[in-house]
Amino acid sequence: MSDLIDQNEEVQHLLMGNDAIARGALEAGVSVASGYPGTPSSEIIESLSRIARERNLYIEWSTNEKVALEVAAAASFANLRSLCAMKQNGVNVASDFLLHLGLSGTRGGMVLVTCDDPGALSSSNEGESRHFARMFEIPLLEPGDFQEAKEMTKWAFQLSEEIKNVVIVRSVTRVSHASGTVKFGKFSEAERHAEFKYDGLALDADIGPAESTPVGYKHRQQQEKIKKAREIFEESAFNTYLGPEKPELLIITSSAGNLYSLEAIRVLGIADRIGVLKLGTTWPLPPKLLKRYLFMTDKIMIVEEVLPFLEENVKILAAEQAKEIGVKTFYGKNDGTIPMAGELSPDLVISALDKVMGIDYIAMSPAYERKLELSTLTAIPDRERTFCSGCPHRASFWSIHNALQMDNRKGFVCGDIGCYAMARLPCGFSTTKTLHAMGSGAGLASGFGKLVQFGMDQPVLAVCGDSTFFHAVIPALINAVHHNSNITLVVLDNSGTAMTGFQSHPGLTVNAMGDKVPSIDIARICEAIGAKVEIKDPFDLEETRKTVNRLMGNDEGVKVLILQQACALSPERKHKTKYSMRIDETLCLGEKCGCNRLCTRIFRCPGLVWDKEKKKAKIDEVICVGCGVCSSICPVEAIKKEETAT
Amino acid sequence: MGKMQLIKDPYNLIITGVGGQGNVLGSRVLSDMLVTKGYYATIGETFGASQRGGSVMSHIRVSAKCTWSPQIPKRKADLIIALEPVEALRVLMIYGNHKVKVLANTRPIYPVGVIAGELDYPSLSEIKASVKELSSTSLFIDATDEAIKLGNSILANIIMIGAASQMLEFPIDRENFKDTILKTLPASKLDVNLKAFDLGASIMGQLPGRRQRKISE
Repeated sequence: MSDLIDQNEEVQHLLMGNDAIARGALEAGVSVASGYPGTPSSEIIESLSRIARERNLYIEWSTNEKVALEVAAAASFANLRSLCAMKQNGVNVASDFLLHLGLSGTRGGMVLVTCDDPGALSSSNEGESRHFARMFEIPLLEPGDFQEAKEMTKWAFQLSEEIKNVVIVRSVTRVSHASGTVKFGKFSEAERHAEFKYDGLALDADIGPAESTPVGYKHRQQQEKIKKAREIFEESAFNTYLGPEKPELLIITSSAGNLYSLEAIRVLGIADRIGVLKLGTTWPLPPKLLKRYLFMTDKIMIVEEVLPFLEENVKILAAEQAKEIGVKTFYGKNDGTIPMAGELSPDLVISALDKVMGIDYIAMSPAYERKLELSTLTAIPDRERTFCSGCPHRASFWSIHNALQMDNRKGFVCGDIGCYAMARLPCGFSTTKTLHAMGSGAGLASGFGKLVQFGMDQPVLAVCGDSTFFHAVIPALINAVHHNSNITLVVLDNSGTAMTGFQSHPGLTVNAMGDKVPSIDIARICEAIGAKVEIKDPFDLEETRKTVNRLMGNDEGVKVLILQQACALSPERKHKTKYSMRIDETLCLGEKCGCNRLCTRIFRCPGLVWDKEKKKAKIDEVICVGCGVCSSICPVEAIKKEETAT
Repeated sequence: MGKMQLIKDPYNLIITGVGGQGNVLGSRVLSDMLVTKGYYATIGETFGASQRGGSVMSHIRVSAKCTWSPQIPKRKADLIIALEPVEALRVLMIYGNHKVKVLANTRPIYPVGVIAGELDYPSLSEIKASVKELSSTSLFIDATDEAIKLGNSILANIIMIGAASQMLEFPIDRENFKDTILKTLPASKLDVNLKAFDLGASIMGQLPGRRQRKISE
């Protein structure tokens, strides 16, 4: 099924950016790849895992990003080529090891792919991983389209072996999660044997021990490596220029900003006036190359996402060379020409060019705009995100929310990262009140639980998913137990890393490559740590609610409630309807019922709708997946469930 | 394989709908058909968190010359395929223009705000009137109802692609579709997808004022 291993070099393929990155790694002869799932990075490891057997690869979904980077580094130390993939905030998790890895250096080519999410299209932040390259003195590459995503990844392995250090390839959502046309190259035929050589002298980078110390020596050695990378970058084919010899304005850009800039110039029809220097090697910047192009004109505009990383680095080079290239005027993030937050688009570059070049671009005739204004339907109903029909989280938060209401002591829930982050919205009955990083819900709860001595008397709860539990919750839970913090942790165990597409995690019995592996039991870990543990089915609303109330009322340390029910989209539940649902219209009292439309106004399942004509509840059979939960919320029992035959 | 010059280059197509409607697969199938014909195609899509009940929009850029940005500039759509009726309007508000063509499914998926009674969902006749007003050609088909008759509502996306094959200004055909499906889905799914594709094409032929294009070679 996968055409990722197609050997035919003539055929053009439609490839997602992440698959292009995976293909680049395959062509480079990667042996080991690891990562932790996170949009928009997940498909890199996922695609490689599907062909692991055919290409004799070892592919792993690690417990978290730091472990993933360590796993990939081990392969590099043993002279194999390895890749590690993660989303932007994953690099924060891995960063402590990355700092030390930069000092120890690598052996087999090693590439860290980070997929940033400008605009936070599927993140709780829009963090910039590029700064790690500068901070840790590691080379940085940024692909400007899909073909380049493949070529650059492939080349990054070669660069890594030339300078003997890890190389960062930074992608963004609009490259990783977009798709484009890609032509394939050849696979590397080199066979590599894994061996970790450590018997050489302590300072020998090839056969000595792999260590970040002695720091004085290793740091200077690392700086020699980055200098070498800068020399190589001066000649890199990934830095390209398109435009006239003497442009009125020079755009310097990278990544998706390249495609937006080219599009904006075409829309405005000013290709003869603007030059575009697309940089693929963005740290360290090659100074001689920059000097050549900065020389062309006095007006420079930097187009990049998200923070002014490129802008600041170009300005430093321009200041250093000011004597020769003259004084420049810069447009970009710092002067407000381009917004400092959020993702870019062709339209934002168009409006930046409008300002700088004094063009008055009008996207559409005023007549059409007037039509839009006059259109009777400008108030299109907003589509707020919600839990899927049959989602166990809706049931879990229904019970937690009701338990908090009944408890009536202003208790609250610390949220965490996963689909259940939406519990802060009406679909989760606005139950969670904090949202930060992976595992932060439990950590914050641990802290809140110690504020009793200052008069805080609110019950403290936290939630986390099963994959998040392994990733970052365990240390927080240990902290809470050890410090006798009075909290209730609810583990929303839906048997997989559901939000990103059911990647495996340590609680499951199958790994990324489909092999049987030992699973680690969440309940037993919690018990071993010293927490009191109960396990319930969240679809049993009343039992769950009662349990939450009981645990919340118990003020002796850490309680853990594990709510087990597979995700409605999981392979085990998808397309399987447990109940056939219907509304008994003779029982439904409609608007006359005292419940004030509890079923649709509050419960908000997309499969249970309100029939405007009949003024009664109605099952939408296209959406309903038959979980049966709503039958227990109707006060007059008008929502009927019947077990289906299969 | 020789590729035809496009009526407009890049040709900008938007497939829009709601998470879970098979928008992403639909855009991949359509784009893959074009790439095998020798065109450059770029798909920009938003999914991940937006999959859960939110609007999902894929921008498809087709070109005979080069790779275009994954985002279509405002007001520059050439064809909008809406798997859900109100989503057609949402897209028109930003990407619409005098010349744009719209092909829309009639089956609504109510936003939670509508289910909760906080927002109103316009009637189909209101939606049709507005879409007509804001486009050069607007066509509505009962893709979900037809898909249910085929046994699975998810096939609405393929019915829509079958219908669009009669409407696009570049050549995609049944053989082309078959090759792509065989590459994308398990072989057992081929028959039902071909049925859905043919059904979409034939529904299109039966719409008033439309002549059916030959769908099989």
